Amino acid sequence: MTTLTAPYRRAISSETEDVRPLRRRLGPGKPIRFGSLIGIAVLLLAWIVGSATGLLDERNLSAPWTVIATGETLIENGRLQESLVTSGIRAALGLGLGVVVGLVLALVSGLSRIGETLIDGPVQVKRSIPTLALIPLLLLWFGIGEPFKILTIALAVFVPIYIHTHNGLRTIEGRYAELAETLGVTRGEFIRHVVLPGAMPGFLLGLRFAVTSSLLALVVVEVINATSGIGHMITLASNYGQTDVIVVGLVVYALLGVTADAVVRLIERKALSWRRTLAS
Amino acid sequence: MASHAGQLNTHPSDRRDAAVKVTDLHRSFNEAGGVLNGLDLEIAPGEFVALLGRSGSGKSTLLRSLAGLDRGVAGTGRIEVPEKVSVVFQDSRLLPWKRILDNVVLGLRAGDAEERGRQALAEVGLAGREKAWPHELSGGEQQRAALARSLVRDPELLLADEPFGALDALTRIRMHTLLRKLCEVHEPAVLLVTHDVDEAIVLADRVIVLDGGVVRHDARVEIDGRRSQADPVFARLRSQLLNELGVEDDHDSAPRHVARAAS
Repeated sequence: MTTLTAPYRRAISSETEDVRPLRRRLGPGKPIRFGSLIGIAVLLLAWIVGSATGLLDERNLSAPWTVIATGETLIENGRLQESLVTSGIRAALGLGLGVVVGLVLALVSGLSRIGETLIDGPVQVKRSIPTLALIPLLLLWFGIGEPFKILTIALAVFVPIYIHTHNGLRTIEGRYAELAETLGVTRGEFIRHVVLPGAMPGFLLGLRFAVTSSLLALVVVEVINATSGIGHMITLASNYGQTDVIVVGLVVYALLGVTADAVVRLIERKALSWRRTLAS
Repeated sequence: MASHAGQLNTHPSDRRDAAVKVTDLHRSFNEAGGVLNGLDLEIAPGEFVALLGRSGSGKSTLLRSLAGLDRGVAGTGRIEVPEKVSVVFQDSRLLPWKRILDNVVLGLRAGDAEERGRQALAEVGLAGREKAWPHELSGGEQQRAALARSLVRDPELLLADEPFGALDALTRIRMHTLLRKLCEVHEPAVLLVTHDVDEAIVLADRVIVLDGGVVRHDARVEIDGRRSQADPVFARLRSQLLNELGVEDDHDSAPRHVARAAS
């Protein structure tokens, strides 16, 4: 009987009384769906309207359709893919090297006091020197070949990895170490089961910063002096006043950045699944 | 557990094969004064000892020294404990990034570790929760998992530092029953630190009151069968222990007086 009357009751519930005191809202309220995408759409729309009405000079910023057409041409003659692969490999190698170095240094520094005294100071000093300021020196040491580019990217990457992993390690609660002591685990087991998973949130946060840093360093080393890659394509286009090619290059950089960030988020979701249900 | 009490009634110094033997233990955290001042304690194999004491009486300090966790604390004395010691903390201390079964068998190097872990979980009533994350369990379940983790190692000594202190009263009663059952099966010597006099009497073979860094009172719980608060022996022991702790046992009558006066 109750199951039959329940929908009926719900139907008239809109007419039943609902009197309650309500405070004026001070916070921003409910989030808007796809909020971040709306801003992007508005900006694109402004670009389209500006180009169509002639408000935007073609020499300053090519029209969206010109950019798309140029993109298609660049894909057809293979220049875009070629540049993308070169840049992607560079960024990946630099990122990989930087992540490994940053992780190892953070572990050594976080797990031993001697390691900390030897490593932490120099890394903090390195942190205060922008990696890009080291480029002149690196150029003298390594020339303008690939090793120079990869090393520059790695140098920009290892610092955020180190800082955040080290911080993650140091904020693992002492009570877990105490527990591990009472369970009689070995040092290796302690690192595998307590230290690494405990530092994982910090490491992944560092990785997100590191990805951004690697792309920044990539752009700089490619624009300064390169004979291949997206940055090289952009530099050439700049010399010839081809804003459409420049915009295509920028779009590719943006896509690289967004993709890399999405990959890191995916890793985060997989690796931190023990926290997911907590957050939701 | 009560069945042990009779056998173990001999004087402590008569037994040579004590599970725990603490002699003249001193521990201090600062120059001003010691937390433990020449404490002597013996616990027989399979004996359940509850340790009562006011805050700062050195209960946890003693437990941590038995657990080998008081590195860096100044002190002297002699501690003999068995090789296999398990510790249960007030918080369950399950690693949040490991599933329950992985938490239970952490550091267990037996070949059949996983099977033993499953058995231990079944024993504490958590069969089927092996793949759950710690935060998906209630406080009581987490503490049961912690019990499984300590018992799967077949400890000769179980050290428990207010293991039920953070649980609600009803869950606590269930945990008491469970712990007594587990101790009857595994027969470890137990040292249970608690604030709760009733908990001490319900669970232990022997209740020790710590004060001023030494054992001030050492009472055997001589209640056979079911331990009920309605039992006059229980009530007498309770008020005696409360008295040792410096608390007047008029707490049952007082609120009623107040209520009547107010109305």
